[in-house]
Amino acid sequence: MSDRQKSAAAIAAEVRSKKRSAVETTREALDRVQEIDVRLGAFLETDRERALKEAAEVDRRLAAGETLALAGVPVALKDNLCAVGYRCTCGSRFLENYRPPYDATAVARLKAAGAVILGKTNLDEFAMGSSTENSAFGPVRNPWALDYAPGGSSGGSAVAVAAGMAPLSLGSDTGGSIRQPASFTGVVGLKPTYGRVSRFGLVAFASSLDQIGPFARSIEDAALTLRVLAGPDQADATCSGPVYDDASDPLDGGVQGLKIGLPKEYFQDGVDDDVRAAVENAAETLKGRGATLVKVGLPHTPYAIPAYYVIATAEASSNLARFDGVRYGRRAPNPSDLAELYANSRHEGFGPEVRRRILLGTFCLSSGYYDAYYEKALRARALIAADFDAAFKSCDVVLGPAAPTPAFKLGEKSSDPLQMYQSDVLTGACNLAGLPGLVLPCGFATRDGARLPIGAQFIGPRGFEARLFRVARALERATGLEGLVATTSGAKR
Amino acid sequence: MIDRAQVAHVAALAKLSLTEAELDAYARELGAIVRYVERIAEMPLEGVSPLAHGGGAVDRFREDAPKDSLPRDVALGSAPDRADLYFRVPRMIAEP
Repeated sequence: MSDRQKSAAAIAAEVRSKKRSAVETTREALDRVQEIDVRLGAFLETDRERALKEAAEVDRRLAAGETLALAGVPVALKDNLCAVGYRCTCGSRFLENYRPPYDATAVARLKAAGAVILGKTNLDEFAMGSSTENSAFGPVRNPWALDYAPGGSSGGSAVAVAAGMAPLSLGSDTGGSIRQPASFTGVVGLKPTYGRVSRFGLVAFASSLDQIGPFARSIEDAALTLRVLAGPDQADATCSGPVYDDASDPLDGGVQGLKIGLPKEYFQDGVDDDVRAAVENAAETLKGRGATLVKVGLPHTPYAIPAYYVIATAEASSNLARFDGVRYGRRAPNPSDLAELYANSRHEGFGPEVRRRILLGTFCLSSGYYDAYYEKALRARALIAADFDAAFKSCDVVLGPAAPTPAFKLGEKSSDPLQMYQSDVLTGACNLAGLPGLVLPCGFATRDGARLPIGAQFIGPRGFEARLFRVARALERATGLEGLVATTSGAKR
Repeated sequence: MIDRAQVAHVAALAKLSLTEAELDAYARELGAIVRYVERIAEMPLEGVSPLAHGGGAVDRFREDAPKDSLPRDVALGSAPDRADLYFRVPRMIAEP
C-alpha cells in the first residue's frame, strides 16, 4: 500500500515511530503530485525544496523527543490561506504574484503539529463559485471523470485528497465551498461551527459566514485535524468558541438512541433521484444501527440562497475594497490619478464573477436599497437560523444531501450565474446559522458511463462537531467507503 | 429592477471601471439576480430582528498592549511602487 492510500493518522504513526521519515513521506507525495496533477490542475504551486526542508525540520523535532499529532503528514492548502514562502493568489490575477509575509493561524497550527505543507490548491477566484471554473488559472478536473467539475470553490483541495495526492487538505466554506466539492469528489469535508477555527490569514470573502475546515478520506482524519485547528486565537476576535471536546461523543460511540432528523425540504424539488435514494439509504442504514429517524421541517430553506447571496455579496463588496492597487497586488499601469489607479487596477485584477458579486453587494448596501435588500436578508437569516433551533428540539443531528445533484460537467452551468448558485441550496443555510456541517461519501450515481460519488451531509447544533463525527463514523463503517481514492479508471480502495 | 445607469452608479461606488459591453451584460445579469433575491420579501419578516452573524458568541477583547508587528520593510515588500519608507501613488492633489 502506497502513501496515497494511507490515512493521515497512519502516516503520522509511522513517522512518529521512525518507520519512515517525514522527508521520505514528503518526497513521495511531491512525486505523486508531479505525476498526476498535470491532468487534474488541483495545485497552483508546489515548492519541493521548501517542503523537504520543512519535512527535515519535522524529523529533527521528532528526534528531539517531540510528540506530533500530524508528524510528517503532507497537507495541501487552498490558495486563499497565507503560508510563508508561497504565493497566495486566491485564484485571481489581482494577487498573481502576492507572497504574504506570515502564516495563517490554521497553517501555523498544522505546522506546529508536524504537518508538512505540500502546496497551494486552485479555487474559484476569491472563493466565489461552485465549480472551480472561476479561477483565473484554469479549471480543476474531477478525478472520477475528467470532463466533470470537482465542485467549488475549494475544488483543488478536494481533488488533492480525492485523487490521493494528499491525505489532508484545508479549504474554506462560505456557502458550501468545502461540503459541495467533498460531495462531488467522494471525500470527507467539514465546515466547522462559526468561530471554531481562526480565520487570521484567510483572505476574507464574507466574514460572518467564512470558516476554514479540513478535507480528508476518513472521519478519523477529519476529527484529528479539527483537534489541531480548533481553539481561540488573539488574532481573530470571532474565534472564541468552546474548547473542542469529544468526551460526550466518542468517535466510535455508535448511533444507538440518537435521533436523526430528516428535513423534507432537503429531499424534494430539484434533488436528483439518485442523490435522494443514496441519502435515504444512508438514513436507513443508521436506523439499522440503532438510530431513530424523525421527520423535521426547515420551512425557510427555499429562501436560504436568496438571503445568502445578498449577505455574502454585501460583505464581499466591503472586504474586497482593500484591493486598491496601492499596498500589494496588481496595479494598473500609468493611471492619470488615484481614482483611475483604483478603478483600473480593480478592473484588470478581478474576473467576471468577482465583479458581478462586488456590484450586487454594493447595490444591496447602497442608499435607497439597504433596507429593501440587506436588512431584509438579515431578518430572513434569523428565520432560517430559528428553523434549525426548532429542528434540534426533536433531533440530535440533521441528515440530508450535500448538493442536489452529483458532479455536473465542466461548462454546464458556467454561463448562468443563477443556475450555478442553486448548487449551494442545501449548504448555504448552515453558514447563515453558523452551524457545523459534515459531508462524507454515501453512494454513487452513474452518468454517461462515469461513476460519480454522492455525499451525505450531517448538520449539528453549534459546537457539536464531535457528534457529527460520531454519526458519520457509524455510517462510514457501514458503507465501507473509508479511504476512497479516485482514479480516472474508477475507484480504488 | 436594475438598469444600465444603476450599474454605472454602483460601479462608481465600488471603484470598478466597466466597459460599455460589460455595463449591458451586468445590467441584464444583475437584473435577473435581483429579481430572484426579491423573493425574500415573501417571508414573514415583520417584527423579526436582523441576525448579523450566526456565531452565538460575542466578540472577545484582549489587552490593548503594544507588541511587535510586521517590520516596515516586510510590510512594504509587496508594494507595487514605493519610495523609501512609503507606498507611492500618483499625485491626487493638483499643483498650486
